[in-house]
Amino acid sequence: MGRKRRTSVLLAVVLIFFLISLPVGVFAEGKKEPGPGQAVLKVGVLGVMSGAAASWGLVMKYCTEAIAQLYNEKGGVEIDGKKYKIEAISVDDKNDPKVAKTGMERLVYQEKVKYIIGTNIDDTTASSQPVLESSGAINITYAFARELFKAPHSNTILGMHTPYTSAPVIYKYMQEKRGVKTVSFIARNDADSLYERTEGLEVAKAVGLKIISWKDTYEPGTTDFFPVITKVISGNPDLIVLSGVSPGDAPQLIKAARELGYKGNMSTETAQDAKILMEVAGDYANGYVSVGGASTPEWRSPYMEKFMDAYTKIAGEWNDEAGTKCYALEMILLTLQKAGTAALTDVEVFKKTIPQVVVQNPFIKQDLSLRYVGAEIFGQPRQIGVPLVINQYKNGDFETLIVKTD
Amino acid sequence: MAQMIVNGIMLGMSYALIALGLTLIFGIMNIVNFAHGQMYMLGSFIVYYFYGIYHWNFFFALFMCIVVLALIGVIFERFFFRRIIKLSTRAESSMLLAIGTALLLENVALLSFGEKNRGVPPIDNRIYAILNIHIPGNRLVVFTVSIVLIAALLLFIRYTKYGLAMRALAQDKEVTYLMGVNINRISMMGFAMGASLAGVAGGLLALIFPIFFGSGANVSIKSFIMIMIGGAGVVPGAIIGGFILGMLESIGYGLIPGSVTYLIIIFAVILVLIIRPLGIMGKPGY
Repeated sequence: MGRKRRTSVLLAVVLIFFLISLPVGVFAEGKKEPGPGQAVLKVGVLGVMSGAAASWGLVMKYCTEAIAQLYNEKGGVEIDGKKYKIEAISVDDKNDPKVAKTGMERLVYQEKVKYIIGTNIDDTTASSQPVLESSGAINITYAFARELFKAPHSNTILGMHTPYTSAPVIYKYMQEKRGVKTVSFIARNDADSLYERTEGLEVAKAVGLKIISWKDTYEPGTTDFFPVITKVISGNPDLIVLSGVSPGDAPQLIKAARELGYKGNMSTETAQDAKILMEVAGDYANGYVSVGGASTPEWRSPYMEKFMDAYTKIAGEWNDEAGTKCYALEMILLTLQKAGTAALTDVEVFKKTIPQVVVQNPFIKQDLSLRYVGAEIFGQPRQIGVPLVINQYKNGDFETLIVKTD
Repeated sequence: MAQMIVNGIMLGMSYALIALGLTLIFGIMNIVNFAHGQMYMLGSFIVYYFYGIYHWNFFFALFMCIVVLALIGVIFERFFFRRIIKLSTRAESSMLLAIGTALLLENVALLSFGEKNRGVPPIDNRIYAILNIHIPGNRLVVFTVSIVLIAALLLFIRYTKYGLAMRALAQDKEVTYLMGVNINRISMMGFAMGASLAGVAGGLLALIFPIFFGSGANVSIKSFIMIMIGGAGVVPGAIIGGFILGMLESIGYGLIPGSVTYLIIIFAVILVLIIRPLGIMGKPGY
């Protein structure tokens, strides 16, 4: 390449970088940075934010940012009379245990974060837990494996309901209200979903359901569910449980089953998204039962509505899954407020305060308390007492069937 | 079993359409287009917006897939791949560039469309039940249009002067050049066609498969499996490869545990490559 040409190419590259960084700089300047002398509380978000499961991690991120925004609009979270602006630092772990570990290291050692929301699955929570514990930080995770929350682990908190708490409620409802007697399971072929299936099987046996089939699985990334669901519906179960199903896969499974002539019930113990169900499965999804958040009109409080507005502005649209993940940062902040300034740097103070946190649930308009639970399962209160909400999808939206608060 | 076979035939035809674009680009330009799946993904989003959101005619939306992806193909070939091929004799250079374009398209899609799964309304929501076999109307439309598009492509390749030029270029670049064929133009056309085939496959299959920014990665992997089975760079090979994969998946998932099905499929691909390294219809020299 001649010298003149090389110089032109170099100039073109510099110009492109400048043009790209200009809007980025504008957006960065548009963001309100804490003023000089303003105290800042950094909160980490570590979860899957790319790939097929991106929805799980991104919902977590947007929920954190929305809650932070609500507090920051009032000057920040007040702890011992001093206000702290909340800054959310997000790291994508790509659902990869190795990346989750390095992401945790970045948050706790580089960013000096003490409170982290995430990760999304058992593998990534387990791989990052040693780093979390050795650095003296706390996380609120959406993994389910019981061992993560039992002693000697005491720094990990479960942020929502688990299959082993929601399944009994769903299956009993199916038996009593829909006359279900037989059940089949189908699970995604990954650790979380298979674990959820195992728990579901135990519950189904315990409540007296006859199990038609349970070994069928599909690979992550499956796009055509016809082959795998054909086998499941051949047994004609009254109920098909979609174990560990993601909001993206569920409508496809439902649609495939209905198109193949299946007329029975379908349910899951994970949170779903009404818009995706409507777009992909349409009327086929009517009657589909899932776990939800208290975001339906008859339950949501004015604070929940503010949260939903803030979330929608950040994410571009509402996602019902956010109704289950809105509790994480809120609970961290409520606990810090009770624990005091010492907990900002010493999580042992935070942990000691956990049993004392009992507040009116800010997201629900009914008179319901919010506290840490899980002592009977984990031997210590390491679960946020999110109300168990069982929803049914109907004509484009969720209809609340059951709300359990204990 | 009958349902499984019908599922396999329909799935196989859809897969064949996906594989065709990839094999076309490989055959003409000797480039493994790692962005093939991402182009498929963009096609599905084009249909999502034109048909699903703005309620334009579905076939017009498919036409827009062809136009937009052809344009992207032209840009990629003219400004990225042509330069790399000219400057570097190493095959890895174009492979790395292709991987880069795949990442570029995927991340642009994530920023532009978000992370959520999308869907479009069915074009035909009837279910045809023949004996004990259920055939959704939507899938019948996909099957029929796939056949029409594959037939159109085969006719184009076989009977038009541009198709002849593409076949000649795939056989021998130097001789084709010496015969007076404009190599750059044919390469650009081939890349554009390959890209638009990926896009139209994505747009068509938006009727039955999920639409999300990450859908391309899985499609790329399956496309490579199909062309490895059928023979890289050979159009009938892509059709055969797609059909075989569709049947293997449909019958495999029906008869054996899901976790083992793909293990067996990959093992079968390895066996095919050991016995016939160029694939079922692959020819020496490609």
